[in-house]
This record gives sequence, C-alpha cells and structure tokens, in this order.
Amino acid sequence: MSEKISLSHGSGGRQAQALIHDLFAARFGMKLPMTDSALLRVPPGIIAFTTDSYVVNPLFFPGGNIGKLAVCGTVNDLAVSGAEPKYLSAAFIIEEGFDIDELGLIVSSMADEAEAAGVSIVTGDTKVVEKGQCDRIFINTSGVGILKDELMHISSGSSVMPGDRLIINGPPGDHAVTILASRRNFSFDTPMASDCASLNRLIEKVTVKPGAVHFMRDLTRGGLAAVLNELAVMARCGITIDESSVPVKEAVRGLCEILGFDPLTLASEGRVLIVADEGEAEGIVQRMHADPQGSGASIIGEITSGREGRVILKSTAGGSRFLEMPSGQLLPRIC
Amino acid sequence: MKYVDEFRNRGHIARLAELILKEATREYTFMEVCGGHTAAIHRFGIPSLLPPQIKLISGPGCPVCVTAGRYIDTLTAIASNEGVTVSIFGDLMRVPGTLGTPGDARAAGADVRVVLSAHEALETARANPQRKIVFSAIGFETTTPGTAVTIMQAEREGIENFSVLNAHKVMPPAMEAILREGTRIDGFICPGHVAVITGSSAFEFIARKYGLAAVVTGFEPTDILSAVLMLVRQVNSRKPSVEIQYSRAVSAGGNVRAQDYMRQVFEPCDVEWRGLGVLASGGLQIADRYRRFDAAAAFTVDIPEATHANPCICGEILRGVSTPPDCPLFASACTPDHPEGTCMVSDEGSCNTWYKYHNYE
Repeated sequence: MSEKISLSHGSGGRQAQALIHDLFAARFGMKLPMTDSALLRVPPGIIAFTTDSYVVNPLFFPGGNIGKLAVCGTVNDLAVSGAEPKYLSAAFIIEEGFDIDELGLIVSSMADEAEAAGVSIVTGDTKVVEKGQCDRIFINTSGVGILKDELMHISSGSSVMPGDRLIINGPPGDHAVTILASRRNFSFDTPMASDCASLNRLIEKVTVKPGAVHFMRDLTRGGLAAVLNELAVMARCGITIDESSVPVKEAVRGLCEILGFDPLTLASEGRVLIVADEGEAEGIVQRMHADPQGSGASIIGEITSGREGRVILKSTAGGSRFLEMPSGQLLPRIC
Repeated sequence: MKYVDEFRNRGHIARLAELILKEATREYTFMEVCGGHTAAIHRFGIPSLLPPQIKLISGPGCPVCVTAGRYIDTLTAIASNEGVTVSIFGDLMRVPGTLGTPGDARAAGADVRVVLSAHEALETARANPQRKIVFSAIGFETTTPGTAVTIMQAEREGIENFSVLNAHKVMPPAMEAILREGTRIDGFICPGHVAVITGSSAFEFIARKYGLAAVVTGFEPTDILSAVLMLVRQVNSRKPSVEIQYSRAVSAGGNVRAQDYMRQVFEPCDVEWRGLGVLASGGLQIADRYRRFDAAAAFTVDIPEATHANPCICGEILRGVSTPPDCPLFASACTPDHPEGTCMVSDEGSCNTWYKYHNYE
C-alpha cells in the first residue's frame, strides 16, 4: 500500500521538511535554502496580481487534474488581463490519509504546466487537516505578472466600442461537461477531455498589436453567458451574438439537450473571449489559428450601441432573445 | 447534431412562420402545458417569429411549480432526520417551503443530494445500506414510469433502506380543470413527453368534450411552429381534433409497457395542485402492494400550517389567467436569485422563463 499523508506532514517537523524538499521544492525547481519569502526582481511595468483556489471534484479527469487546473487557471487570469505571467505561489490544504503518490502526480502536473507556460512556482505552503476536515486536497495559487502600459485598458474594457468583434478561441463547455461526465460515469462516442490549458502563449500572439485588442476574459464559471453580460454592463454597450456561430462540440450539445443545460453557461478552463477592433478581428483570428490553443478560433458576434447592458442572442431558429446572466448553481466544484 | 439540426433548419422555420402569418386571420390564444415547451418557446425566440395576433400562454406543466408547499416542508423535515439521505431533482433545491428550501436544509446539515433519476437514488441506497434513502418523486406521466420501475426493482432486490416521497401527478385532469375554470383559449399545445407515455388518446376530451383544438408536439422550433400552424388550421376550419405532430415519438396508444408499470405501482388519487386546488384523480398514490416504499408512511413529520400569506400569484399564472408581469412581486421581490414562488424557481417555470427571455419582445 502506498504511503499516506499524516498530520505530521503538516507539522513543520522532519516529515514536513522531507515532503517540502523531496516533493515540492524538487519538482518545482525551487532554489535552496528556502527563505520565508521569495525575493523576485521584476522588469519595469505594472504588476498584475491574482489568486484563486481550486477544489474540483474529481481530482483527476480526462485532460487534466486539480494541479494542472491550479496552474492554468491563475496563469490565464493574468494573461487575459494582458499581463505576462511570471511567478506563482502554491498552497496546499491536504486531508489526512491522502495518497502521497497521488500528491506526487498532482505536483508533477503543476510543474509540467508551469514549465510549459513559462512561469516559476516560487513559494508555497502545506497544511494537513484531520480526516473529514476537507475533501482530499484543496490548492490555492496566486500569480504575479507584468503588464505593459499599452495593455492597461484590456481588463476593464474601457476601449470597447460599437462595431468591435467578439472572438472565442474554441468550443466552450468541454471542461464542465467532462467533469460532469466523470462524476456520473457518462461515456461519449467521441471521448471528451477538459479544455484546461494555459492560454498565455496564445494571448501573446493576440496582443502583438496592443491597440487592436479591447477586452479579454477567460470563460470560467458562468461560461460565455456570464462574461458577455459582465462586459455589456461594464463597458456600457450592447452585444449581439449569433448562436449558430458559436462552435459547440456534439457531445456537449448532446449532454445539454438531455440535461437541460445551455452550453453558453458552461464553464471552460482554456477558453477566452477576445473583443477586437472591427478591422483587426480577421487578422487576429488568423494568428490564433496558428496556435494549438486557438485552432478553433472564430468570430461569434459584435458590440452594438443600442440595448446598453444587454446581450441579444440570435437563436439557431432565427428568433432573438436576451441571453441572461446565469443564476443559481449549475454544477458545484468544477474548478 | 442528428435528430436536432433538421428540426432547427432556418429555411424550414422561416417557411413555417410565413404560412402562419398568411393563415392567421383572427386572434388566437394557445396554451402550452409542458414546462419543456415553455422553455423551448422562449429559448428559441419563437414569440419573435409569430405574428402578434397569436398569443402563447403557459399552463401548469412545470412539475416543480405545481408541487404544493406542504410537500417541500415534508421533504425538508424528513431530510433533517439523522441517518437519512434525501435524493432530489436539481430543480427542487431552491424551492421555498415554510421551513426554507431543501438547499437551506442541506446547508443546515441535512444530507440532500441531487440525482438525475430514481434509479440513481436506488444506487445510493445500495451503496449506503446503513442510511435511509428517500427519493423525491415529482413529475407527470413522463417521470412516473421511472419511479415505478425503480420501486419494483427495489422490491425484487429486497432493498430495505429505499423509499419514495411521492408527488406524481397526471396531466389531463389539470388541463380539464383549466377549461372548467373558464380560461379562454382556442386550443392546447399538448405535452409531447407526457404523450409518449399516455398516447394522444389521453387528450381526446379536449376536442370531443370542449370543442377545442389540440396538437401533440415536440420540442424543436419546427415542431412548435408546425403545431401552431396545425392549431390555426383546426380553428379556422372549425374541425377540432387531437392531431399528432410529434409522430416520431408519439402514437395514439402510447407506451403500453410503461403504462402497465405505472398501474402496477400507482393508483389514482385526488391531490392538491398548487394554483388549481385539489383535483379529482389528479395525482397518483403508491398502491398497497408497494406501500412499504412510501416515505410518507415511513416517516412521521410534524409540519406547521403555513401562517403568512404570500401575495405571489403563481396560481393564477399556472391557470393561464395572469401573466408573470401581473404579479406584484415579479422581477422585484421575486427573481431567479430570490424566488418567492415556485414558478420563478425552475428553468421551466413561467416566471423564470419570462424573466430570462420574454422582455426582449
């Protein structure tokens, strides 16, 4: 039987030191000796700083696990603000009895994803709680990125204007559907995997012309419907999207038809909405197609001047309606 | 997606809309009584495709919406027992009773779990023999056969820790009650999924006894528009009948085997429908042979009578007498985030769909 995490692994004593050195510091490539704070020299610019906690259930799912998610989620929060992600922290709350081999897999995924995204995990923490005090493992990551002045406008949407085009980098909802399917043991003709991925490499290609991009946000909880509604209110504009131009995978559509979900409200962990200048949108889509995370990029709608604060959906049937902010809890603990 | 895209073809939809516009020579009011239809009508923006002289109103077809408040109170009271797990459909989680919602009960420590079927609740019972699993059985003829088969299965396997808090209802008596109440409509869009089980013959009384139009239809835009066109034609020709538009799923006789399962496990009873009062033979109770699976008999709960009057007009809305904006609470005190009435809770409830979609038109 493999070794389990015990309360002593979180005690600060010998077992804790061994876990930190042999697992976390070794896999994350942290410099020894360990200090209380990571000391980081940062290039000139604005610091973007974000934090997120990850409690997904199940911990391992097709396309990723809680560790990969904890890195991409925070990397993406920085990247969609226009920042270049640089450093992450990683804090673990682990339930007594958790399998050390599973912890190893999770930590390795984090290290691999951080390397792929070009960020360093530079500080961290481990707490072990008694059996029943948390569900196996929770992870918090915080991230620091550097933002150039000319990309300051992106997170607030302050330069969004009528005529701007809305772009997404691929079909939404794969993550939510994959998590739901793994929980319920659903299977699909074409196997589904989470879209969970770091998007900073893609976003570098998108922001080469800083003025062309007016807004970006990742399509996490609440999905496209939530992001569009937030944008319409924040940027005081109207939004029209064409349902038939939003690419949704067959399996996602099928499951939504059966369970009564709207794919536009489902969470992704590797999808981003980009609002771009009318004349630049096609070029941005072309550049996105050259990146593995942007191969499914397409234009799905535009910013309008009427109906301020509202999102209008032209339905597949040709009718029109408001696309509302989703409400209530669709699927708990998906990230 | 096969079997879906064909029914969402924009060309077909536009042609149907054109025919309806041409043939709708007067004012028409049709009622849909299935929550699935209500949701589909608004989700696809059907009202924006119809001429203004055609009005679609929603009837009592959302199972959550017609469930009496007392049922929710009983459910949460049972859930608060030590060692009990209550398995419910997700819609019910936020339905307010006098003692709060099942979601509140869960937050207070009760074991309330969302399931997608009765069968899943039985699986929970198998996996947790030390706990008592209570399945909250709501819905019409569509969900009843599933509950019936699950109860039969539990008996066959001798599963002792599984029971059902039953609130199953049957649809035709509610439709008849609406007509008796004097709701003025020209015809019914009959519930497609209910009719898969009952057959279209269950709705014969609409044409025969009340001389109104009736079409059983599916849930895709071309289904609904075809049904509207068929209803318009029935009204225009003054030849009311029960037609099946949804012939890929519905027959006159229905699913005989499912009907048989229902008859074995359930028997008709008078039951309270929220908004409609007590309807003779409007519900189903668990038959004697399976009484040991009846959670209402297995658990003794003490439910206080409701004390405060709620100005919510769910009842009138369910009867098609009022529309959601007529309610003093609509979109102010009552929203999908803080529902006062059941019609605002479920995605299929009239108030919920109206709040989400309708204000576009």
